[in-house]
Amino acid sequence: MIAQRKVISIQGKPARDPAIIDSSVKIVECIRTAMVGRNGGVALNDNLVAVANTRDREAFAELFGHFAPRIKAFMLKRGCDSAAAEEIAQMTLVTVWRKATLFKPQKASAATWVFTIARNLHIDTIRKSKRPAPDPTDPFFVPMPEKPADMSIAEQQDANKVQAAISTLPSEQQDVLRLSFYEEKSHGEIAKQLGVPLGTVKSRMRLAFGKIRNVIGDIE
Amino acid sequence: MTIQHHINDPLLVSYASGGLSEGWSLLVATHAALCPTCRDRVSAAEAIGGALIEALEPVPLSHCAYADVIGRLDTNITVETDVAEKPVVLAESPLPEPLRSYALVSQDEVLPWRRLGLGAFHIPILMQDTTMSARLLRIPAGRPVPEHGHGGLELTLVLSGAFMDGEDRFGPGDVQEANEDLIHTPHAVAGEDCICLAITDAPLRFSSRIVRMMQPLLNI
Ligand SMILES: [Zn+2]
Repeated sequence: MIAQRKVISIQGKPARDPAIIDSSVKIVECIRTAMVGRNGGVALNDNLVAVANTRDREAFAELFGHFAPRIKAFMLKRGCDSAAAEEIAQMTLVTVWRKATLFKPQKASAATWVFTIARNLHIDTIRKSKRPAPDPTDPFFVPMPEKPADMSIAEQQDANKVQAAISTLPSEQQDVLRLSFYEEKSHGEIAKQLGVPLGTVKSRMRLAFGKIRNVIGDIE
Repeated sequence: MTIQHHINDPLLVSYASGGLSEGWSLLVATHAALCPTCRDRVSAAEAIGGALIEALEPVPLSHCAYADVIGRLDTNITVETDVAEKPVVLAESPLPEPLRSYALVSQDEVLPWRRLGLGAFHIPILMQDTTMSARLLRIPAGRPVPEHGHGGLELTLVLSGAFMDGEDRFGPGDVQEANEDLIHTPHAVAGEDCICLAITDAPLRFSSRIVRMMQPLLNI
């Protein structure tokens, strides 16, 4: 393990020996498998914090190995061709590096945070449209009231837990979530594709979200 | 401010997935800036995105992808923080971001109010997405909003003042949803002009013949 990690840190320098790159990608893959199998969500969160605090290249390599191939798969589902999907995956990881200090482990899991980065990059660069968002530095922004220290949201929103909750939903509810999150379809498009009324799509969405929120923790 | 009327679940999930168009997103985001509860709900919905990304079968990247990303990191060493300078505070402006940026002619000047008839004023808001219309409305205190039905869905977010619609009161931060079946005559509560953001995916149909005749001229 120690020897392998050394190889990865060589990647930190611009040196580009293809042999080293190839082997390091394999090693990253091994580390990924080893770490994600057991309690992967927490390891990923820790890696992100390490990148934020110490610009840790080894931690970044692990994040890359885990997330880049998933973001590529995600973008293929959103209709990107292979080159565009790869580009968004790369840009997402570059953004993870640059904005790691904005990751708040008590607010979201690493997977959720990375999802939002990929989502926004896709809207900006591929769809070339806008998704307005609140600005926490704006004087009119109403901050969160202080809450008593509770189980961290990241713990509650652990991707495995949410995934398990999704898998218990009736399949027609899972379908609307997948069409919405993977394929970025509007409610109208989902209704058309499934051949059901718009109101049905909305009620499935409402039921699905309600159940998942129960798992994540009662928010309201 | 105590918000009573929030963003509905399907709309909120759609905003989190990235599938919501610019106009609806503008309203959801402006409400979220004022409503910590809905920001929490958006985070919960984004956790679905995180979980669904985790569930994807990874698609391998090209063999040089890791080295490419590492190369891009070295040129981008700026550490981003979320503490930005925001010196612009508009006097008496109830406009939070992201709405304010849409309603500005310059750094510190809001677009001019235009006469709408029956004592009301509006400011049409330009968006990249031209399939929807967005505008700020100013209804004089105690006066009715011209009676209208809807060709589609209309969302209204109160920014200051309040209006009554039947038994329901809508104050700052509250969102009203009106669908095509609803013909209603909301009126501003006495004491303060009511300023709100109205978004619609179809032109409004005013019941008053005079307003209806003027509608093409007013561009509402
Ligand atoms: Zn709300």
